[in-house]
Amino acid sequence: MSIKVLIPTPLRPYAGKQSAIEVNAQNVGEALNDLVAKHPDLRRHLFSEDGKLRSFVNVYLNDEDIRYLSKDATPIKETDTITIVPSVAGGM
Amino acid sequence: MALTIPEALYKKLRKHGEETYPHECCGVLVGEFDETGTKTVKAVVSCGNTRIDSPANRYHIDPGELVRIQREAMLARRDIVGFYHSHPDHPAKWSTTDLAEAHWIDCSYVITSIEDGRAVLTNSFQLLGPEESKRFEDEDVEVTG
Repeated sequence: MSIKVLIPTPLRPYAGKQSAIEVNAQNVGEALNDLVAKHPDLRRHLFSEDGKLRSFVNVYLNDEDIRYLSKDATPIKETDTITIVPSVAGGM
Repeated sequence: MALTIPEALYKKLRKHGEETYPHECCGVLVGEFDETGTKTVKAVVSCGNTRIDSPANRYHIDPGELVRIQREAMLARRDIVGFYHSHPDHPAKWSTTDLAEAHWIDCSYVITSIEDGRAVLTNSFQLLGPEESKRFEDEDVEVTG
């Protein structure tokens, strides 16, 4: 099925300058794989060399962090939206 | 590059730092990028600091809050153009922790120094990439009436 992935501003240069991309998938892992297949430059910004999501990259299915769902295996529905947000933190 | 912000929003983010003193405040700048890279702030969204273990010298924005802010910004045809936080009793300069934990390349990171509960200096730094060799660069802040 087709599902929308929202791209944050810092990753848009690697995604054809698009803010939202339609992918075909049955679960979150397939959606991310289809996303990087369509936009290969995104891969190194989302995944580390061992293929895992980079530690500062958060992936949400609607309003839920996929780490607290079933991670890559989280099933999706056509009405769902996946959102990618890098973390925001710091300090003195 | 420059960051343009209306005076009322500039005052809002500085006041947030006074309100949370002696803890760090944090929030999101929503607005527009133009072709030259200049960012214009249209809204300042105050966030909670989730670093309750060390709020006086650390900040972290709940990514779920970022998801909601980004979604609402996109519906209004706007973008997240930057973030702000405060440095209680510490200069308005980025720290090594600020750089290590900054990942929104090309966005602005605004820092306000708060001394004895009063906002003093507000500076902005643009994060330049790529991630592996990222750096902050001083950025002009234009406060508009």
